[in-house]
Amino acid sequence: MSEAERADLLLQIYYYMRLTRAMEDRTRTLFLQGRIVGGVYTAQGHEATTVGAAMTLRDGDCIVPQHRDLGMHLVRGVSPRAVMCQWLARGNAPTLGRDGQLHIGDMHHGVVPMISMLGESLPVACGVALVMKMRRRSTVVLASCGDGATSTGAFHEALNFASVQRLPVVFVIENNGYAYSTPTVKQFAIEQLAQRALAYGMPGESVDGNDVLAVMEAVGRAVAHARSGQGPALVECRTFRVRGHSEADKADYVPPALRQEWLARDPIRRFEEYLTAQGLLSAERRREIEARVRSVVDDAVAFAEASPPPDPATVADYVFAPDGPIAIVGEPDATDPRYVNALDTRTGRPFCTMSQVEEAVTQL
Amino acid sequence: MTAVTYLEAISQAIREEMRRDESVFLLGEDVGTYGGAFKVSAGFLEEFGPERVIDTPMSETAIIGSAVGAALMGMRPIAEMQYIDFITCGFDQIVNMACKMYWRSGIPLPLVIRGPAGGGTHGGPFHSASPEAWFFHTPGIKVVMPATAYDAKGLLKAAIRDNNPVLYLEHKLLYRLPELREELPSEDYIVPLGKAIIRRHGRHMTMLTYGAMVHQCLKAAEQLATEDGLAVEVVDLRSLTPLDRETIKESVKRTNKVLIVHEDTLTGGVGAELAALLAEELFDYLDGPIMRVAAPDAPYPYAPPLEMAYLPGVERIVAVARQLAAY
Repeated sequence: MSEAERADLLLQIYYYMRLTRAMEDRTRTLFLQGRIVGGVYTAQGHEATTVGAAMTLRDGDCIVPQHRDLGMHLVRGVSPRAVMCQWLARGNAPTLGRDGQLHIGDMHHGVVPMISMLGESLPVACGVALVMKMRRRSTVVLASCGDGATSTGAFHEALNFASVQRLPVVFVIENNGYAYSTPTVKQFAIEQLAQRALAYGMPGESVDGNDVLAVMEAVGRAVAHARSGQGPALVECRTFRVRGHSEADKADYVPPALRQEWLARDPIRRFEEYLTAQGLLSAERRREIEARVRSVVDDAVAFAEASPPPDPATVADYVFAPDGPIAIVGEPDATDPRYVNALDTRTGRPFCTMSQVEEAVTQL
Repeated sequence: MTAVTYLEAISQAIREEMRRDESVFLLGEDVGTYGGAFKVSAGFLEEFGPERVIDTPMSETAIIGSAVGAALMGMRPIAEMQYIDFITCGFDQIVNMACKMYWRSGIPLPLVIRGPAGGGTHGGPFHSASPEAWFFHTPGIKVVMPATAYDAKGLLKAAIRDNNPVLYLEHKLLYRLPELREELPSEDYIVPLGKAIIRRHGRHMTMLTYGAMVHQCLKAAEQLATEDGLAVEVVDLRSLTPLDRETIKESVKRTNKVLIVHEDTLTGGVGAELAALLAEELFDYLDGPIMRVAAPDAPYPYAPPLEMAYLPGVERIVAVARQLAAY
């Protein structure tokens, strides 16, 4: 990688971290204005983990993100418009208003929809990886969970199964200190969650989750391990949930000094300081990026607000998929419309989770 | 051509679908080297190899969850529960992950979950389950239970080819029952999901049933014909979801009396929904109360005298049918 390429990459990472934060800040505003009717879960402080982890992936790889992983979604090309349509429960949202939040996915672009039962996505990640292995692909699955989900049976079953089957899965644990109000000391009795890896016979590493370059290095090593056919790997990213579990949670159970300590380690500010020291982030460049972030967020909100609500007459629709041939995702003709899983057969249109070309955010 | 058992019919269905479609594969506990606890998949490992006949750890959540992930990728996994009782260990993967997937995301989920259900084999409270009502109540999953070898094969093939989660319940008492042996067509066939079949025609009452109880009802109907001169119609539902409302209603309109028989417990069972459907839609046609024969509202017991008292059998069915006939 040349110096110029490296500079572009670093600024792209910075852009995604800023976009993630800005999308969530705007989502919070919408919630406080009463325009989002359901729960809102944000991830201030997680941006280095979510963006850094997803930046290690390639085309054909798959993410299995959870509720605080907007950064992963955005890096992998999920549309900010689609995200805002989800928050505002619009009829043209990826879930057509059936579900909210980041519960969205599109297998053709490697995003598995999550459910609210945290940890349950990890066995599903194993199944996606199983197919990659069967099809002799060199792709990987990156599956995340929080510290809370590591206490579920699904977490343990998934790690064990992935290891026994030598599946190309990278498990990223975002240890943010709390599962709702429950601190890690009440959740597990080991020093670091990366130690779980030892029990399942896979490499495990614990990394500063607020240092985006350190996250990329650690997750990158795990991804390389999985991609080489050696089986799964685990990375614990140590970060902190500086806000509540949801925006309705004041999180007054968190000692103020602890929160202050982590706020001082804000991953975006740290990365800005690094970029500035490297001479990569001039004041002008920063203004450009902020303007672009703002325009993407404004566009997403405007698009969502102009979008229609779902039609109540459709309330009992879409329970079962229609008959017809199913393509194996990732094979050359998998998006041929003759396949039932090529298009979103609920609407007869392409899946709307991913960014349209005109709103692509992959270039600065 | 040789007559095959219900179990062999299941085995044939999986084998033929795996030969026909490379996206079909089987995973579960002891399904490979051992050939399955009941030998449904005996010889599969040799024919299809370990990537398509996967011996898993004892992890129902991983089995069903992995099947969901593979189905998201467009594969057609068959997840075996060694006993259907153990499906509870993977419940969340079914009711929250699988059942809501297409509805939420538009991504079809062609997935079969199958395993031995039902009692009569001294299996006790953890190896005798009839879990259909949980899933019958849950939108987004189809539920089928064959009563004959022909249906066992045809329904399973239809389930494998379906683009949705299907729970395929095999009644283990029927697996090797000699009287269920039958010659199956040599050509490919399916039994479509959502189609009931009238096993015995009659004009005095309709028995609505499925699974092993079909055979109990047929025996009861024969006895009622011989001893009471009653012509009892026996409808084998075959599919609970989708439910063949048309066949049910057409039969009851002709017979005007209905007895619902299932092996599952009474309260909140499939029969309750059938009764509600008939009460709502065919009230004017009914010449007697909608009656039910089911297991008592207690867990499935182990000791033979308790098991005998628990399982609906010909004697109880005949007794209740006579009460109904008296109206």
